[in-house]
Amino acid sequence: MSKALLYDATLCIDCKQCEAACAEKNKLRYDDAVVAEDRQSEHKFTVVLNKNDKYMRRLCMNCAEPACASVCPVAALRKTPAGPVIYEASRCMGCRYCMVACPFGVPKYEWNKLAPRVQKCTMCSDRVEAGEPTACAAICPTGATKFGERDELILEAQQRLRNDPGKYVNHIYGLNEVGGTSVLLLSSVPFEEFGYRTDLTRDPLPLFTYRVLSRIPDFIPLGGVVLGGVWWITHRREEVAAAEGETANKVFYPRNPDRRTK
Amino acid sequence: MKIKLTFWKLVFFFIMASAVYATYVRFAKGLGPSTNLSDQFPWGIWIGFDVLCGVMLAAGGFTLTAAVHILNIKRLHPIVRPTVLTAFLGYLLVCVALMFDLGKPYNIWHPLIMRNPHSVMFEVAYCVMLYTAVLALEFSPIVLERFNLHKPLKVVRAALIPLVICGVILSTLHQSSLGTLYLIMPEKLHPFWYTPLLPVFFFLSAIAVGLAMTIFESSMSSKHFGQQLELPIIQELGRVLLVVLAVYGILRFEDLLHRGVLKLLFQPGYETYLFWLELVLALILPLILLTQKRIRTTAGGLYVIAVLVVLGFITNRLNVSITGLESSAGMRYIPKWTELAITAAIIAGGFALFGLATKYLPIFSTAEQPTLEEPETAVSAGSLSYDGD
Repeated sequence: MSKALLYDATLCIDCKQCEAACAEKNKLRYDDAVVAEDRQSEHKFTVVLNKNDKYMRRLCMNCAEPACASVCPVAALRKTPAGPVIYEASRCMGCRYCMVACPFGVPKYEWNKLAPRVQKCTMCSDRVEAGEPTACAAICPTGATKFGERDELILEAQQRLRNDPGKYVNHIYGLNEVGGTSVLLLSSVPFEEFGYRTDLTRDPLPLFTYRVLSRIPDFIPLGGVVLGGVWWITHRREEVAAAEGETANKVFYPRNPDRRTK
Repeated sequence: MKIKLTFWKLVFFFIMASAVYATYVRFAKGLGPSTNLSDQFPWGIWIGFDVLCGVMLAAGGFTLTAAVHILNIKRLHPIVRPTVLTAFLGYLLVCVALMFDLGKPYNIWHPLIMRNPHSVMFEVAYCVMLYTAVLALEFSPIVLERFNLHKPLKVVRAALIPLVICGVILSTLHQSSLGTLYLIMPEKLHPFWYTPLLPVFFFLSAIAVGLAMTIFESSMSSKHFGQQLELPIIQELGRVLLVVLAVYGILRFEDLLHRGVLKLLFQPGYETYLFWLELVLALILPLILLTQKRIRTTAGGLYVIAVLVVLGFITNRLNVSITGLESSAGMRYIPKWTELAITAAIIAGGFALFGLATKYLPIFSTAEQPTLEEPETAVSAGSLSYDGD
């Protein structure tokens, strides 16, 4: 079954232990300067935003049908059955299509390195494979970030919305966005305030390109036959004309290539 | 003439010198210090101009080979060589540009063994790779002829028609796929440019630009290399260009209409101005000029039209790849000097290589043209065009 994270902003206390645990897990620098940074970057995979004492986490949504993995020409990015969207740096050639395609602007690039990698949260895929929760969920002191089966977390989120409708915006972010994500969010303030787009399509993004790409296998033989056929017809006409011209060229087929020009 | 040549040579050496330094910065310091690209804006002019426009400007290759070898329009035969040359150079330069833009250019061969058939980029990579090979083969007779290598020449000629058919299929696929690349971002690309018809528009405009480039090259060659194409051929291209642009224009209008975007056309704004610039250059002015017989039939008029169409669709590609993505990225992207230097060097290199090729290879030798065709078959030319009368 597919795992997921449920982040309930109303339970969050902005302790930033998830940020620290994430940095430790991914062997990233986490000093005062990094603590102060309020956006995701190639050295900060998750961030707790604070806006008028309302909090919101940002991290890779680990989409059910990720645009980044679908566009990657070398399959460096991949969705695992367990839920995480993982990255294999050795395959990557650095085209950065994943960054352009991601609807959440998640993948970041090591612009200042000579062998740059795409960097993003990979939902602690090794821990998840081993049956452990992600580093951020394991350390969260209030249960704001909770790890579990996606189906069960959806039921729990719906339960929380039903039990306390006044406390929440009536929306589970990630339930349907771009076909669903493995990170689900609950909030008491509109998601847009933290940069989450709420106008995203419910269709998985890979569908938009696959609709076109899936026609290519049919197009190749069809195009070949049509072009070959046209070639055959146009040149056959010429052969016929030449053969007939041998008997009647002077009377009937004056060659006049400049006929259309004045 | 002598002074002019030295001036252009000076410009050329200045561009190349700055490009050498830019190349050093790119490969010694990395993409960050050498470009204005960022996490918000990962694709700049190396993709928007060098790749998207480069491939588009090379579209004459498949358009002309299809017209001459498949549709058997022999009148156009004398311009096949210069357009195949342009296309071949164009694709080689696109590959050069990719070596600069890719973060790890030494991994450029990875799509050969690491496949993801769901990726448009994967398809484009394969098509561009195969089509460059096809172009090399289509171009090879010119070189083989020059060095009197008759045996390989015979082999290539025998394979000509299958090669041309492969070339047309591969071109159709990747010219349209460069538009398909952007279908994955319905929320990011501005509604002026995001449409499910993007692949169709990219393909049609590639044909228009292929024709315009052929007219443009003919004129350039006559000025700088003393070679030129017959006026009737250019007039013919002008007529086809009119039809292609008209079809494209109607589709484009209907697309805007059905998506309800027409009302946005008159809201002042950054995107609106650039959208109008594109429309005026690529469609409105050329269509007006092409419908005037007085202009359409002169070499000078056709040259102006060709330049407008080329500039217009360059604007279109830059709009799709840069302008249309700026508001969702929340920033403006302006290329760094290093990016411009590399791009300028690639353009200058293209011109220089074209000039060298026309000087040392039989590109324009239209009189004695045993070229890609066997001499015998070329004799019976024109009978097709007579059928209709």
